[in-house]
Amino acid sequence: MAKLSRHTFRSNTLPAITTVGPVTLWLAFFVAVPLIYVLIMSFCSLDEGYNVVFKFTLANYQRLLDPNYIQIYGTSLFVAFITTALCIVVGYPFSFLIARTTSKHKALLYMLVIIPFWTNSLIRIYGWRTLLGTNGWINNLLIMMNLTDTPVEFLFNRGATILGMFYCLFPYMVLPLYTAIEKLDKNLLEASADLGAKSRSTFTRVIIPLTMSGIFSGSIMVFIPSLGYFFVSDILGGGNSDVIGNLIERQFQSGNNWPLGAALSIILILITLLLVKLYQKLGGDMDNLGV
Amino acid sequence: MSVVVELRNVNKIYGSNHVVKDLNLDVYEGEFLTLLGSSGCGKTTTLRMVAGFEEPSSGSISVQGEDIHNKEPFERDVNTVFQSYALFPHMTVYDNVAYGLKMKKVKKPEIKERVTEMLELVQLGGFEKRYPSQLSGGQKQRVAIARALINRPKVLLLDEPLGALDLKLRKQMQLELKRLQKKLNITFIYVTHDQEEALTMSDRICIMDEGVLQQVGTPAEIYESPKTRFVATFIGETNLFDGVVSGVTDDRMSIHIEPGDFEVPREDFKAGEMLVISVRPERMLYSTEPVEGFNLEGIVKEQIYVGSILKTVVTLSNGNEIKIERLAGQELPTGGRVYLYWKDGDAKLIRSYDNVFAEAVENIVLR
Amino acid sequence: MSRRIKSSIKKIAGIVFCTLVYIFLFLPISVIVANSFNATTSKPYLTWKGFTFDWYVKLFDNSSLLASFGATIAIAVISTLLATAIGTIAAVGMYKYKFRGKSVIDGLLYIPVVIPEIVLGISLLTLFSNTHIPRGMISLVLAHTTFSTPYVIFNVRARLSGYDGSIEEASMDLGANRLTTFKNITLPVLAPGIGAGALLAFTLSIDDVIVSYFTNGQVKTFPLKVMESIKSGVAPDVNALSTLILVGTIVLVILTQSNLFKKNK
Repeated sequence: MAKLSRHTFRSNTLPAITTVGPVTLWLAFFVAVPLIYVLIMSFCSLDEGYNVVFKFTLANYQRLLDPNYIQIYGTSLFVAFITTALCIVVGYPFSFLIARTTSKHKALLYMLVIIPFWTNSLIRIYGWRTLLGTNGWINNLLIMMNLTDTPVEFLFNRGATILGMFYCLFPYMVLPLYTAIEKLDKNLLEASADLGAKSRSTFTRVIIPLTMSGIFSGSIMVFIPSLGYFFVSDILGGGNSDVIGNLIERQFQSGNNWPLGAALSIILILITLLLVKLYQKLGGDMDNLGV
Repeated sequence: MSVVVELRNVNKIYGSNHVVKDLNLDVYEGEFLTLLGSSGCGKTTTLRMVAGFEEPSSGSISVQGEDIHNKEPFERDVNTVFQSYALFPHMTVYDNVAYGLKMKKVKKPEIKERVTEMLELVQLGGFEKRYPSQLSGGQKQRVAIARALINRPKVLLLDEPLGALDLKLRKQMQLELKRLQKKLNITFIYVTHDQEEALTMSDRICIMDEGVLQQVGTPAEIYESPKTRFVATFIGETNLFDGVVSGVTDDRMSIHIEPGDFEVPREDFKAGEMLVISVRPERMLYSTEPVEGFNLEGIVKEQIYVGSILKTVVTLSNGNEIKIERLAGQELPTGGRVYLYWKDGDAKLIRSYDNVFAEAVENIVLR
Repeated sequence: MSRRIKSSIKKIAGIVFCTLVYIFLFLPISVIVANSFNATTSKPYLTWKGFTFDWYVKLFDNSSLLASFGATIAIAVISTLLATAIGTIAAVGMYKYKFRGKSVIDGLLYIPVVIPEIVLGISLLTLFSNTHIPRGMISLVLAHTTFSTPYVIFNVRARLSGYDGSIEEASMDLGANRLTTFKNITLPVLAPGIGAGALLAFTLSIDDVIVSYFTNGQVKTFPLKVMESIKSGVAPDVNALSTLILVGTIVLVILTQSNLFKKNK
């Protein structure tokens, strides 16, 4: 039996163009061209009226080395790192338990992770402020129970930003982990146990390596966005723990220095490229990043 | 008998891969023709070219005298039964079978009547509302056949349709397919790599190897008179000897093969021509005494008793092993000396490809 | 300790742990829902003043809030339709045909997925301002379609990986032309993937803050309206609308998913 390009019909040119053409044009115009604009803009200058002029300069990149900025990169990477670590530490056992449960409500348990997604993320973050603010519900409760006289300041610090990031991005860690863990062959685990592996070494030698792909893709999907979620640090961090996203947002809105904002965005693009390359090098499949 | 499908000098080339080479074939009305060959021999590609899923690189294909080169698969009066069944998973059995009629805009009551009739024919009455996922392999196969037959095609193309079924079901379906074909009197072009299946079902078999048509003929012709070395070895078991025509008289010719010479009735060969001699195991005879006209002696290596048949392997002096089958009778002692022979006509003479090569060289040299 | 007690302790610990995680996930949402019934009328609307349905009624007098909700739905519907159409045919085309530059398209597809949303947002902003594409409904639809399309493609592609291409040949063999085959065979068989992709596109669009924030012009989508109101304290009618949206989405998902499930026999 000859297995020869089963799907080749007579002339493929026309169908190929009509099917793939629109997406190609779309991606070229709305993804590739805008990014090229950003790259060009990062080398542009501002005139006296704060208008972008196409005059080549490296000044924007020089400004990236401003110590205040460098401190913010540090904070942002720190927040991203802690958020990712927290997501793994809490997300892994959680995903493991719901992926391998024998309960007949397994599908529901899975859906319950996704449902919070369907409420606007801003308003959910604001919900944390309602809970944790100085006149928020938890402080009111504490005062009512006479546990404290003055309200506790939970918010407007790094911890609050991390809490918000963790809250927003947690499902992005759980979903790939769930998929990876659910795929594990039960027989494999039993075989490992049968061969005398204690449950701990089954875990480190069999389960962890087999679900590593889930950890990798989850980490990518948590780490990268957390560098840009400026509204989380805005609402919960109160300006005390800005991330790179806040810097960019300011240049494009109140600061009105687009070239500088573009140069800052190039940093984010480079970090993304670096992490994705690393991810691919570790054997990660790009298709696992699509949720 | 009139020709339904006519392939003329058909070639199919994928890049550097020449899959079908200069194929010429006539398929007659109402016949069951099998394209037989091993994997990658070009049989499926040939079928797909007739169906319209592939386009010949050169040559022409006609159906009922009309060149179908410019016709899309949906414009051709042929239908296909796919190896994977290719049932539409989102449609019921009824809708699957009715699909072809709906495409032809046949009126609803007629569709109902014809689908019901067709499902009865393939013994699937009562399965109308089932989905393909609720059927067994054999039932899926029947739906695929019913669906392909509903439009009453001139020719039905079947691409290894029984390949996925277990042996018992396959045997049963072979008979059923044959019965259907006789009843409906539709031309079947059937692709398989299973020689037994081909011999059981076909009116004619067309053997292909590496894209080249080796021989077309009835199962008996193919078995009894293989035209190429490939056909002789591909169908059934045989014993082959390379030889050369050493002398030709009025009605006999003598042939030299490595173990010794023998004579056969004269055929269309010249002295010095090289050939291959094929003798089927059941036609090979032996004697404990030397046989006049044959110089083939060997040692009995083993004898296996298989019910009514006794299988013997004899090692010739040059080390070649000869297979012999005969009705069980007196056994020979292992290690005993035997003399091999056969009757006139039981040795099939096959022109060797080496001649073609030799002639080509000769032609070039002469020019 | 016996093995049985040990394993039941393990089990209980697991249940407790998962319950805590779920509480964590739903805590802010319960705040939103609770606050939508809060009778308070003074900013920043944090103190509990008793239970009322008033906000669900007053909601319909808040024309700017309703307008923002209308804009959000309109943008989500149009961008989902666009993304689903472009994404579906693209996924099918990329699965079926071999052509040069396929890997480039593949690479471009991943950009909107992995790149931080803020970068996508500001890059689209620069595009719109440089090409004079008016910022408003049009730019929002274009932007949302851009980040939704890859998700549609990934979902359809996942469905295609178990797809037997010979069913299309079978359809053509039985007399259906390419278009009819696409309509009768390809689309229905891929429907679950297309549906899942469309649903994802829709929810992404409705929830989008960052990309919209940079490309909205004068149009305020619901999330942007929320952002605006955060400074002065989110009013209970916003919470009421959020609650309604949440309930609406759950109903939508239950309806579509069970429908898809039936078709997917």
